[in-house]
Amino acid sequence: MGDHGARHLSPLFSRRLIRRDRLTGDFQLSLSDDDRAVLRHLAPQFTELLDDPGHPVLMRLFPPAYSDLAHVEKQEEYRRLMQEDLVARHREELDLLTSTADAKTLTEEQLQAWTRALNGIRLVLGTYLDVTEEDEGRSPQTPEESVYRWLTYLLGEAIEALSGQT
Amino acid sequence: MASTAPTEIKAPEVGEISDLDRPWKVLVWNDPINLMSYVTFVFQKLFGYSLEKAEKLMLDVHLRGKAVVSHGPREKAELDVFRLHEYGLWATMEHDT
Repeated sequence: MGDHGARHLSPLFSRRLIRRDRLTGDFQLSLSDDDRAVLRHLAPQFTELLDDPGHPVLMRLFPPAYSDLAHVEKQEEYRRLMQEDLVARHREELDLLTSTADAKTLTEEQLQAWTRALNGIRLVLGTYLDVTEEDEGRSPQTPEESVYRWLTYLLGEAIEALSGQT
Repeated sequence: MASTAPTEIKAPEVGEISDLDRPWKVLVWNDPINLMSYVTFVFQKLFGYSLEKAEKLMLDVHLRGKAVVSHGPREKAELDVFRLHEYGLWATMEHDT
């Protein structure tokens, strides 16, 4: 599994991006314009990928449902019944991420949708980059790796905020 | 219309019945992308587990490669698998032996 402790590695990652407002229970986002532009730009790209759910880069979004891969019929049945719903859920989350990329505050429900959307994007990007657990210690080599690292950090912030740690 | 003629009824095979009735377990598998904090969060959220239990299960996944996160009849197991898939976790189900 991955660890989101990236802020210990870089001074860029030293500020808190998401904080729960004690009075309203909503979450305040301290994202820069650049951060928000990345989200606005990324989310629709991944929504477009969902048009072809069978694409290999999406395999982590649609894992097999049965441990025994020889259960071909059951695997197919699950896929037939559930894949459409899964695609719809991922679309909803990505749409919400796009439409709230400029929001100053999010409700708890919206932030939870953000975590699923951010994680979904990481699953696809991580599959594309063929990420391993050993990759965490080294510096990003490409723009895609930098984006992946930043999404990891942002997701970690969202989870800490939702878990009441900030 | 009453009839005393013997009717041929196809008896369900024993194997089918026990297959349906046998309980299932839901496993989550380790992967290099999902974050430890995210997986812990999802276990708490979906199953109502305490932080302590969710962290223990997460560490089992991380260190041993997999962990059983729920049990039940097929319908419940399928629903749990689907909810875990919604969160992007690598979950599968198999018979509880």
